[in-house]
Amino acid sequence: MVSRRNMLKVSALAGGGMMLQMILPVVSAESKPLVRSKELNVYVQIDPDGQITIFSATPEMGQGIKISLPMIVAEEMGARWEDVQVIEAPLDAEKYGMQGAGGSTSIPRNFDAMRRMGASAREMLIGAAALLMEVEREDLEARESQVFHASGESRTFGELAALAAEQPVPEPEFLSFKDPRAYTIIGTTIGGVDNLVIATGRTQFGIDVDVPGMKYASYTRCPRQGGRAVSFNEKEIRALPGVVDAFLLEPDERAGQASMAFLAGLASLRGGVAVVGDDTWSVLNAKNKLKVQWDFTGANEDDWAQMIKAARDIAEKDEGEVRIAGENVKAALEDADNESIEAFYEFPYVAHVCMEPMNCTADYRVGKGGAKDTLEIWIGSQFPGQVKEIAANMLGLMPDQVTVNPLRMGGGFGRRAVHDFAAEAMMISKRANVPVKLTWTRTDDIHHDFFRVGGFENMKGAVSSDGKLAAWDQHYIGLQKNGKPVIGSGLRGNEFSMVALDNARVTQTFMDSKTLAGAWRAPGSNTNAFVEQCFIHELATLAGRDHLEFLLELMGERRWIDPGNVNALNTGRAIDVTRLAAEKAGWGRTMPAGKGLGLAFYFCHAAHIAEVAEVTVNADKTFSVDKVTVAVDVGPIINMSGALNQIEGSVVDGLSTMALQQITMDNGVIQEDNFGEYQVMRIAATPKIDVHFIQSENPPTGVGEPALPPLAPAVANAIFAANGERIRTMPLTKAGYRLV
Amino acid sequence: MSKYQLVVNGETHQVEAPPDMPLLWVLRDRLKLKGTKYGCGVAQCGACTVHVNGAPTRSCVLPVSAVSGPVTTIEGLADGGNLHPLQEAWIEHDVPQCGYCQSGQIMSAAALLATNAAPSDEDIDQALAGNYCRCGTYVRIRKAVHAAASYSATEGAS
Repeated sequence: MVSRRNMLKVSALAGGGMMLQMILPVVSAESKPLVRSKELNVYVQIDPDGQITIFSATPEMGQGIKISLPMIVAEEMGARWEDVQVIEAPLDAEKYGMQGAGGSTSIPRNFDAMRRMGASAREMLIGAAALLMEVEREDLEARESQVFHASGESRTFGELAALAAEQPVPEPEFLSFKDPRAYTIIGTTIGGVDNLVIATGRTQFGIDVDVPGMKYASYTRCPRQGGRAVSFNEKEIRALPGVVDAFLLEPDERAGQASMAFLAGLASLRGGVAVVGDDTWSVLNAKNKLKVQWDFTGANEDDWAQMIKAARDIAEKDEGEVRIAGENVKAALEDADNESIEAFYEFPYVAHVCMEPMNCTADYRVGKGGAKDTLEIWIGSQFPGQVKEIAANMLGLMPDQVTVNPLRMGGGFGRRAVHDFAAEAMMISKRANVPVKLTWTRTDDIHHDFFRVGGFENMKGAVSSDGKLAAWDQHYIGLQKNGKPVIGSGLRGNEFSMVALDNARVTQTFMDSKTLAGAWRAPGSNTNAFVEQCFIHELATLAGRDHLEFLLELMGERRWIDPGNVNALNTGRAIDVTRLAAEKAGWGRTMPAGKGLGLAFYFCHAAHIAEVAEVTVNADKTFSVDKVTVAVDVGPIINMSGALNQIEGSVVDGLSTMALQQITMDNGVIQEDNFGEYQVMRIAATPKIDVHFIQSENPPTGVGEPALPPLAPAVANAIFAANGERIRTMPLTKAGYRLV
Repeated sequence: MSKYQLVVNGETHQVEAPPDMPLLWVLRDRLKLKGTKYGCGVAQCGACTVHVNGAPTRSCVLPVSAVSGPVTTIEGLADGGNLHPLQEAWIEHDVPQCGYCQSGQIMSAAALLATNAAPSDEDIDQALAGNYCRCGTYVRIRKAVHAAASYSATEGAS
């Protein structure tokens, strides 16, 4: 960590920080100019004075990838972290390939590539040193931002930079990598590279962008998804102070065409009314005074209450499409020697509510004198390349006509993977013929989200007279749109219940819906874990057995279901994290009245995670989560501080969501307008969070999402342990529980 | 539109704005001070927290015509070249994830520490009850506020 003395030096820089902002490009408030830097590869530049610049090409939304990937480069290079500055790379497919962040995949997808970049730079530095010092490469070693000769003589990276940049780039197959036991950066605690900027209020998020000549815009969409605007009180709106333009836009499905399959169809431009004005307040005021005539043909009619009823009917019919036939399950359920149970679980739609509402700044310029049109975009995005695709599909612009400036996101969680708001901004700018910053209100952001989809699971199970699992029957009742299950609805096929259980039957049915759904932190897992791990507890309880023992027994022999496949469950790793979480949480001790321990395990995003929640439940059904113990196996940890922050954040997010949040639709209209109705957990409810990593010898995988799914079942199971009430619904407010 | 004189971070500004324009948008759109954030517009999330006369205030619901004293924003918290102890603590404890809520968190905590040099967990929870962190950095926020209080205690007035 940066010592306080270093920080005071840094803070002197902060005092001069205002000057820094004047000489740097508008987009970045924190980086040092690279005028004299020598480029060793597209990720690494070195200044003659020793400043090392490492580029971060993966979008940053708070998951800390801007630190962890450069750490890998720095490690292989032999750089001292103190000499490194990290700069956000521009969007450049030729240099960086697909720049995207999601699915907890940034570490596994980039680990080897970052090692190669660092090793490649190291070899060039060593090559330069060999020439300068007139020695053999074999006798040279790079460490501490220097190249050392066996004799003790050395050169700094700064001294070597110019010559190193001229060295041939090594062939990737000849690169060697550091022994992990020699790591001095990877696995340590490194603070966020933007922390000073954030703490002094100088971060530039998308919503903070200012470009010359910029106007501001609001956009008002049909309250029922899929409707379009027919007319509005244009004269009245145009007469309002600060308004410079107001017009209607038609829906445009071309914006929804996307090469990434999971995004296809989502980003369509919704029809609506744009107001353009001199400042945010003018256009938000005008938005409030809009009177729009909507055409609701084909618009959303979903009704959450109806969906629940329909799902119960489907559960009763039990005619789902078969995923796993489980021919013996029915008999086992009906066997008089077994005890059986049936349980209907439900979970609602929820919104992303990134703290930074959706926004995008667009500058569409008509080409003069035969020149081509151009478009420049400033956006916080998880997949900024998608913006170019939208510009191509909707506006016919070639990639070289479009510049995308990716900015730090005030939250992603999957919402910023869908660029409907970029489609709006570019269309508004084109129509108004002026650069515009489009800002969504919080209400816009909630109403027009791509929600985590709700759903239902009807569970049946049986235990034998000697307390073992005899039958598992899981009927997933999900939602589909245009005949396809929406993102996050249904079972992927690699879940614990799909691969590890003997005598399991799994079926699925999908109901039609029009409510938009998209990726939301740990899609599918974020809700299925609640059902799977609560129902296992129900069966353990039915059998009169200790939950931990029952769960471990279900995991069975230590085996990798599909050896070599990180996305396949490994029951050995599952057993290890489950045992560790239980041990660290003091599982098995007698709890005082009103308190309980609850356990859950989940496998998703290549991670094996177990959590134990310790809760206090009062007679009035207020409850607190006092402690959460987490055991995680994602292989080696890159940035210990970053990984801990993600686990802690996922636990808080999981608790916030399961305790408080639901989105409901009534005739297709979203009922929740702002944080009054749709609450986020506050600091007072934060549990103590105790995290234990098993850094197994496996390739490193990500921690952005996997700690969220097991939280909900751990808490629900703990509440049962405390007061004997089984909860089969989220949010907990629906079951009468209030988080304090 | 009316004219208003505002003192923000020690500097006097003449601002033209409609009387009902919230201070938040005056700060962001007129004065280009972007550190104070828009999160909800209805004083529920705390991202817009500034100090008015030293008191923590949700600037998204304070009309510019009702601003009654000097305003301090996150940009004005550091004293010249010296970071506020909270800012030092925020860095030392690696608090932020996305960073969007953090200006508001720090401003609320700064108001707390100005009146309570050694806050308990309950004091912190109460003072920051109005500040959402959707990324869930609350554990670290608590640690950092305690740490900042201890920096001030060991260093005395500075």
